[in-house]
Amino acid sequence: MIARVIVTPKPVVNDPQGLTVKQGLASLGFREVTDVRVGKYIEVNLEGSSEHEARRRVEEMCRQLLANHVIEDFRFEVEEAPAPAEVPSG
Amino acid sequence: MRFGVVVFPGTWSDRDCGWVIDQVLGAELRYLWHKDRDLQGCDCVILPGGFSHGDYLRTGAIARFSPVMESVAEFAERGGLVWGICNGFQILCEAGLLPGALIRNDALQFRCEWTHLVCERTDTAFTAVVERRQVLRIPISHGEGNYFADPPTLSRLEQHGQVVFRYADEHGFVVPAANPNGSMHNIAGIVNERGNVLGMMPHPERAAELEIGSADGLFLFRSLLDSGVKVLTA
Repeated sequence: MIARVIVTPKPVVNDPQGLTVKQGLASLGFREVTDVRVGKYIEVNLEGSSEHEARRRVEEMCRQLLANHVIEDFRFEVEEAPAPAEVPSG
Repeated sequence: MRFGVVVFPGTWSDRDCGWVIDQVLGAELRYLWHKDRDLQGCDCVILPGGFSHGDYLRTGAIARFSPVMESVAEFAERGGLVWGICNGFQILCEAGLLPGALIRNDALQFRCEWTHLVCERTDTAFTAVVERRQVLRIPISHGEGNYFADPPTLSRLEQHGQVVFRYADEHGFVVPAANPNGSMHNIAGIVNERGNVLGMMPHPERAAELEIGSADGLFLFRSLLDSGVKVLTA
């Protein structure tokens, strides 16, 4: 299984990175940008569990380590990991 | 009085703390490796500054799972003195030993400069020889020292008088211009409700000799030496 976790700063937390990126976009002419929040994307590969079990485990991972509940929210999706790409022969 | 200084991979201020304890104060010093659980009978455990485990994921996020931190949490639970400085403060917040979190400085810059701190609590073991409202000149050195707590937590901190240090101007006035990182309420350091766990972003160990610009940091080290800890160790 593969879990794709997205961690974002909570709406109430000031995000100076997002603010700076927003200013950068504005100076490039993207005037329509009203807000930018910068978070993290984390891929977690898990061994042989059901999707239900994987979701339960990833939720725990997020609570215990991947996100800090004081300042961050998290969400994730879980799916079968794609088969490893075959190495071309010859 | 025996001080323990915890060393994580990436800690950089352990020797500065050790210098002050050993060479300036002549107190007893032990370095505590992050993989060890034995606190070696220390009366005060310091979590020094640096970039433990590269600050990967979040500052202090990995360090809090070190074996030594289990012992530090038990020690704090028993009333032992725990002092987190800079990265140590971040670790204490991640470990839940102090409330809130340290996020990126509002100006996004790494700030390495002298600050003035006004001391609002002089009844803790860390500040016993500091005068109330005394202004201490102590430097900061961090990119993520912007103290954040949700409104209920913040008002609880204020109600219980857990804010020990605030960034102030040289006269001790807590003004926005003196806030180097965007910290809520100009918070530079807090204690837990019991008063035995202190976290602060500024570096007292880098202000312990006049030759380097200030010896105000010694007030904290001396407080620990002179405070009730003597009773515990006697």
